[in-house]
Amino acid sequence: MGGLVTLFQAAVVFGTVIMFGCIGETITEQAGNLNLGVPGIMYLGAISSLCAVYIYEGSCSPESPASPLICILIAVPTAFLGAALGGLIYAFLTITLRANQNVTGLALSIFGSGVANFFGGSLNTLAGKFEQVSVPVSSSAFSASPVSLIGDLGVPGQLFLSYGFLVYVAIILAVVVQYFLHHTGAGLDLRTVGENPQAADAAGINVIKNKYLAICIGAGISGLGGLYYVMDYIKGTWANDGSIEKLGWLAVALVIFTGWKAKNAIWGAYLFGVLYWMYLYIPGLTRASQEIFKMLPYVVTILVLVIGSMKNSRDKQPPAALGQAYFREER
Amino acid sequence: MQEYKNSREPLIRLTKRDSMPLGSRIVVRLVSVVLAMLVCAVLIYAITGINPLVVYRTMFEGAFGSKSRIWSTVKEMMLLSCIAIGLAPAFKMRFWNIGAEGQVLVGGIVTAGCMIYLNKLPSALLLPVMVLCSILAGALWGLLPALFKAKWNTNETLATLMMNYVAIQLTSFFVAKWENPYGSNTVGIINQSDQKGWFPQVMGSRYFFCVVLVLLLSVMMHIYLKYTKHGFEISVVGASENTARYAGINVSWVMIRTMLLSGAICGLSGFMAVAGASHTISVSTAGGRGFTAIIVAWMAKFDAATMLLISLLLAFLQNGAGEIASKCGLNDYASQMIIGILLFFLLGCEFFINYRPVFRHGKKKEVR
Amino acid sequence: MAEAAITLQNVTKRFGSVEANRDVSMEIRRGEILALLGENGSGKTTLMNMLAGIYYPDEGKILVDGKHVNIRDPKDAYALGIGMVHQHFKLVDVFSAVENVMVGGGKKRGDVREARAKIREICDKYGFSVDPDKKVYDMSVSEKQTLEIIKVLYRGARILILDEPTAVLTPQETEKLFAVMRNMKADGKTVVIITHKLHEVLSISDRVAILRKGEYIDCVDTETASTESLTEMMVGKKVDLNIERPQVEKKQLRIEVKGLNCYNAEGVQVLKNVDFELYSGEILGIAGVSGNGQKELLESIAGLQTVLPGASIIYHPPGGKEGVELIGKTPRQIRELGVHLSFVPEDRLGMGLVGTMGMWENMMLKDYSVGRGIFTDKKKPRELAEQVRKELKVVTPGLSTPVRRLSGGNVQKVLVGREIAAAPAVLMTAYAVRGLDINASYTIYQLLNEQKLSGVAVLYVGEDLDVLLELCDRILVLCGGQVSGILDGRSAKKEELGRKMTTVEVAADAGV
Repeated sequence: MGGLVTLFQAAVVFGTVIMFGCIGETITEQAGNLNLGVPGIMYLGAISSLCAVYIYEGSCSPESPASPLICILIAVPTAFLGAALGGLIYAFLTITLRANQNVTGLALSIFGSGVANFFGGSLNTLAGKFEQVSVPVSSSAFSASPVSLIGDLGVPGQLFLSYGFLVYVAIILAVVVQYFLHHTGAGLDLRTVGENPQAADAAGINVIKNKYLAICIGAGISGLGGLYYVMDYIKGTWANDGSIEKLGWLAVALVIFTGWKAKNAIWGAYLFGVLYWMYLYIPGLTRASQEIFKMLPYVVTILVLVIGSMKNSRDKQPPAALGQAYFREER
Repeated sequence: MQEYKNSREPLIRLTKRDSMPLGSRIVVRLVSVVLAMLVCAVLIYAITGINPLVVYRTMFEGAFGSKSRIWSTVKEMMLLSCIAIGLAPAFKMRFWNIGAEGQVLVGGIVTAGCMIYLNKLPSALLLPVMVLCSILAGALWGLLPALFKAKWNTNETLATLMMNYVAIQLTSFFVAKWENPYGSNTVGIINQSDQKGWFPQVMGSRYFFCVVLVLLLSVMMHIYLKYTKHGFEISVVGASENTARYAGINVSWVMIRTMLLSGAICGLSGFMAVAGASHTISVSTAGGRGFTAIIVAWMAKFDAATMLLISLLLAFLQNGAGEIASKCGLNDYASQMIIGILLFFLLGCEFFINYRPVFRHGKKKEVR
Repeated sequence: MAEAAITLQNVTKRFGSVEANRDVSMEIRRGEILALLGENGSGKTTLMNMLAGIYYPDEGKILVDGKHVNIRDPKDAYALGIGMVHQHFKLVDVFSAVENVMVGGGKKRGDVREARAKIREICDKYGFSVDPDKKVYDMSVSEKQTLEIIKVLYRGARILILDEPTAVLTPQETEKLFAVMRNMKADGKTVVIITHKLHEVLSISDRVAILRKGEYIDCVDTETASTESLTEMMVGKKVDLNIERPQVEKKQLRIEVKGLNCYNAEGVQVLKNVDFELYSGEILGIAGVSGNGQKELLESIAGLQTVLPGASIIYHPPGGKEGVELIGKTPRQIRELGVHLSFVPEDRLGMGLVGTMGMWENMMLKDYSVGRGIFTDKKKPRELAEQVRKELKVVTPGLSTPVRRLSGGNVQKVLVGREIAAAPAVLMTAYAVRGLDINASYTIYQLLNEQKLSGVAVLYVGEDLDVLLELCDRILVLCGGQVSGILDGRSAKKEELGRKMTTVEVAADAGV
């Protein structure tokens, strides 16, 4: 029982990182752009928030201690903006300068990981030779859970109320984005852009504007995944171990797994988390065979992708114009 | 009813250029490289406060300052171009093989496996076995997404991307399995004592054979794409599947065959990375080169010589930026940042090669 | 006289050097059903696209309700109350009907419930029936069209333009559509229907405007018009083109087509029980409004089209050898059987040639695999390219210049040159002179005649009736995928041809 609870908790924490990434990328892909820069974007979100709160906490003294609220108010917008800036580069290159989407996305991944690890590593250096950078006030602000505030509530409390607030933000965001995309007019217009830009154009929708907005906002949301990773998952430190990159690609996988529906990300992300951590709870595994288990989320995604195309089920296909550039030809 | 506003025709329209002369195309690209370098210099100055000129001299020294540095840069260049060569036929066919990273890794895994398990074989026999195994492994990794695409039209971009991570976990599995010494979570240098399965040393460097192999491959790929029937089929399929069918080409078969080849060469790069360079296997054996090489192949428009050139530029940046980083006590991820910026500029400049803005009132203006 | 809803004044639209519309002045009156009649390429759709905001006129003025307007994009058109139902539907497949209707509606679109109610209201008012929650991919062609019309009405259009709405409909569905159109008229809407089917024009419209070769010919009251008078205005008087038509005495059966049936990707039957024979030493013309099965017919013979079982296409080789069945074979298998078949497809750069390759590389597109070894032979295609360039006077900077950069006429010369150089026994051409100037066209006619004289069986799919009548020995007319007649090119009358193209009189008994 206790094992299952910890597995669930680990899965939720893991899942939240990729859920943000997935929600953001879902918006982007619904506008017809496949942004393979998700890892880079999550990196950018993570590092910009870390740098911002590091500076803030560094400027505080024991006499005027850093306020957790201000930490949050600084970190969330900087993560969003840092990531959205990455999205803007991608949008400018692919929409205005008509560069290839896949290649631009990959370049963004390289750039984002370079920027983040460069500054992350430099922060470590600044923090002293043998120490890691740390932002204790922010980290505890982000990982403060309802349980830690109101006291022990037993197993239900551990299962549902033992997480930092971003876990709940992710769930709310998934619901909101699902509602936006599938139940509002603006969402309908956006999906039309991704499905059939010619039809969108003929219906008087501004294709370019929709794509720009979707990519930048999507990137911003993906960036929150990086924020959650750095503040809660690794408790306000930095490690140049490429974990965010792995998680970023998992977020891209999750978009496929969810069938381009943000609501499915809620359980899909946790399922990926369970699959990823399951090896800890299966007895008799060597350290080597544990690694095979971590493969599961990707294998499942490939299966979903292949089975989806085999069945050719119309509702589970990628947006029809995904990855295609749209230019209204000569007028 | 919506408000109707009377307004004039759009300010700027874009028209496709017929073609830009080769000279101008080179100039546009050079200008973009220079601009990227300027941006990077400003950035580095802002962070470290070092005079940009000094920065570039340091970079040059870092990449070419000594014999071993030159070899290290050459090695990096060769590893990168080898993968790019493997990707070229797939991309020319407009098959988005994002899976090079994984194909390199599986090639590396079986190479390391051969070195570990077959180290009783004489080197003359071991090396060919390693080559064969790595080719087969890479080809298999390339084959699966091609089969899915040929049979069910499965999106190959996403399928190959996911295959990468299956390969990465597979690598982690073998790293844990072959761990040496126990508890280090690395494989360590394989066959350090007898150097079985290592590339022999020629001209004072073990990388000499990498150079030979890659140059040979690039010449062969150039010939394959330009002068053979297979190469012609690849071009036609890439240009239009309709035309390919009209010409009597079996599109599915060409797709599968080409991905076998593409995966095989990527697998071979894995062999080279393990047997020729690092003599160990880890998840960083591919080290993101599989992704960088995609950009190299794409920007070179699949031309082998251009791929070598771009690889050299990236290898220079990689090693050069590493040098600045170590001199200034920063970390060597600076190189990735610089490479990212350079790639943005190179990708963006293609626009000015392909399009010409037309302004209202019919005035035409050339823009670089 | 009713007031004008839209007035066009001296409107001209050019695409490159081609004038799609020249100096068109006409008016669309409020509350009428206006039929816009004309052959393929007469500029009907282009003209209407300028009202819908797809194109912007190069010259001339558009007046809506007497006021000069600039329609830059579809949004402007909607704002002016103009809605167009395009021939190629602009629908999102994975959306339901109600979602498609709501797309792009801005703030006024309301929520789904309101939209459903409004759709039902529109349906009741005009006599449609559509399930608001049905997905477009589950819809038949006629349902999709209905949805397109509802979409336009939903956006508040007062002036509806329907581009060849009946092309994809069965006669029953067409009747239903016409009933709806009459209801719309009764409601005070203005309807423009683009068509080339005369009996429809006569049964639905109040007035008929006729376009020919991009120019406005006339506008007449339907009451005073007859099939004959309209045909004459549409196709024009017989023009003497002075195309040669040499006679070949000895003819042999070359291709025998029997019981050919074929569906297109949308599941519409595009060929219905097609039977005909093609002889050596003749040019068999295929006339018909485009999209009536011509493409599928040629592709079936070339091995590029899946056809229904029971059909047979027998190739009889020269020299009286035994016939070969072509159905079920790939283009390469057909070639390997020794069938000398050349095919100039309609889509030159998307099928017949590789646009990014040079002339010489395109020369080897079909026989690059000939010969042993893994390498392609570059010498022969270069020689061939040089020869084609000289003989057909292809204007190109070089043999390696990508062919998509050449002009339309030169592209066609490259394609035709290659296909003729293959020394075919059968030569099929689709719209061989489309987009070509007079001189280039005559070069092509000349080439086809040479082929005919040397004993080749030529299949010529054309759109210009004058050319068909002067060039071809026999003319097969396709209408709705059926053979509506095979006429003798020397005695056939233009009006007869035009009527057979547009009426389905034969269809009734040909069995559906």
